[in-house]
Amino acid sequence: MSKHSLLTLVAGLSILILLPFTQSNYGVFVLCSWLVYSISAMGLNLTLGYAGQVSLAQASFMGIGAYMTALMTMAGVPWPAAMIAAMVSCFVIGFLLGYPALRVQHHFLAFITLAFNALVVLVLRNEEWLTGGTYGIVGVPRPEVFGLPTQTPLAFYFFVLALFVLMAAGLYAIIRSPWGRAFKALRENPIRANSLGVDIRQTTLLAFAIGSSYGGLAGSLLAQLTQFIDPHSFGLTISLKVLLMVIVGGAGFFFGPILGALLIVLAPEFLRFTEGYYLMIYATLVIVLMVFCPTGLLGLVERARTAMKLRQNPNATTWEAGR
Amino acid sequence: MTPVLSVRNVSKSFGGLRAVDDVSFDVHQGEILGLIGPNGSGKSTLFNCVLGQLPASTGTVLVDGKEVAGKRPCDLNKLGVGRTFQMLQVFPEMTVLDNIILAGQEHKGTMLSRLFGKPDAGLTEEALRMIDFFRLGHQTHEKAGSLSYGQQKLLDAAMAFMAGPKLVMLDEPAGGVNLTMLADLKERLKTFNQERGATFVVIEHNMEFVMSLCTRIIVLANGRIIAEGDPETVRNDPTVIEAYLGG
Repeated sequence: MSKHSLLTLVAGLSILILLPFTQSNYGVFVLCSWLVYSISAMGLNLTLGYAGQVSLAQASFMGIGAYMTALMTMAGVPWPAAMIAAMVSCFVIGFLLGYPALRVQHHFLAFITLAFNALVVLVLRNEEWLTGGTYGIVGVPRPEVFGLPTQTPLAFYFFVLALFVLMAAGLYAIIRSPWGRAFKALRENPIRANSLGVDIRQTTLLAFAIGSSYGGLAGSLLAQLTQFIDPHSFGLTISLKVLLMVIVGGAGFFFGPILGALLIVLAPEFLRFTEGYYLMIYATLVIVLMVFCPTGLLGLVERARTAMKLRQNPNATTWEAGR
Repeated sequence: MTPVLSVRNVSKSFGGLRAVDDVSFDVHQGEILGLIGPNGSGKSTLFNCVLGQLPASTGTVLVDGKEVAGKRPCDLNKLGVGRTFQMLQVFPEMTVLDNIILAGQEHKGTMLSRLFGKPDAGLTEEALRMIDFFRLGHQTHEKAGSLSYGQQKLLDAAMAFMAGPKLVMLDEPAGGVNLTMLADLKERLKTFNQERGATFVVIEHNMEFVMSLCTRIIVLANGRIIAEGDPETVRNDPTVIEAYLGG
């Protein structure tokens, strides 16, 4: 990692540590929501942005993670075991959901994952004996970390921040590893990748499984954050919202989903003063962004930076300009 | 000595059309075999049957004496079979270096060691040597998609050689490449063959390229082998001339 990147990372982490102290309880709740959705969007970014597999089911994995954590912790299972079980279950279910991706792609795959999301919501709504049906589950406990309770918003924020950093570091390591290169190869040219020894079947399934486990953890944290869950919180609208986070921030960019989640979570807060016009303004902004910058905000930043460097040094290669 | 590639009585039919008809041949270590024939003669179908892209209707294909029927392309690659494609097949958004490292990484360690090991799978030095060998050194960190067509063809070939395969199948490597690049490519392939004993099977329409590169040539017409021998013999074979010019 370069000195510049290290300094940026330290500055970013310092802001994340200090920021909640300047916020009200509601502000800290919004920051927590942002980190939770960022974890979910990071997972989808691996599946979609890096591996090129369309998924409209991320919210269903958040739902599975949330309900598993809620039910297990309320039954007395320690929270680490519940959260690990949620992630592992989502990994396995995501792995299985990846199988259709071996046969179909693009919008067909989108419809399959969409149907899966609808199926999960139906189960959560109809199996009242387990999930509480439309009334959901109230009173999901927050964890105690090394004997310290996380009941206060600030304490829970730091718990979420620690897991966010851990998951981001994990994703960074995956993307930089040969696995990350294989995921990108799958996105760009699966036929060629296959001929070079990349096991396309395994890589596709892993992309779904890892991305889904991130969704599972995000759901687990969401249940503890809101301490109330219902099927509506994990419907298709939420899957589309997570997808929007990835696309708006920049699919295939490491920080893309984090930036996208920040915008999507914070935009309603900033546009609150517009009252009834909020959704219209929000929709217009998304349309404008997608028309002028389909690669998302970080794609726009990269394009601007490369253009500026090329203007300064017309003989530079695109790599030199892009550094 | 066991042939590197052995094609035994391979046929492939599409409905009533017999695209490849009872073809048999061997390729030995260090050979450069050219597979030529007019359009529709069955070259690409045969190529795809050998590489597992299409299942053969009958017959067997052996690599190093082992049957490879039903093997996926990634498994064939791990058995030591590299290939290039007729149409350009690189990873345009990845750098030249990453393209080359990708071509070798699946042969290094286990799946788990690739996750927890070095990001480059310890291949950077070897990849840089390969890039230099194919004279792409000045573009190591460029995105592959920004390279010219000819340079992408060189990159495609470099990727096929990165894992040190026993056999490389080249599908029209000269297609669309300008004369300077073509001479470069031919020189690189010959050097590989002489220095490392690499074995090639080449499908090509560019006769000058095939005749000057290959040590043995097989001519296909209507799915059958109509001639076989060294370039000079094949060039003067009346059946070959008739197949190309029509009778």
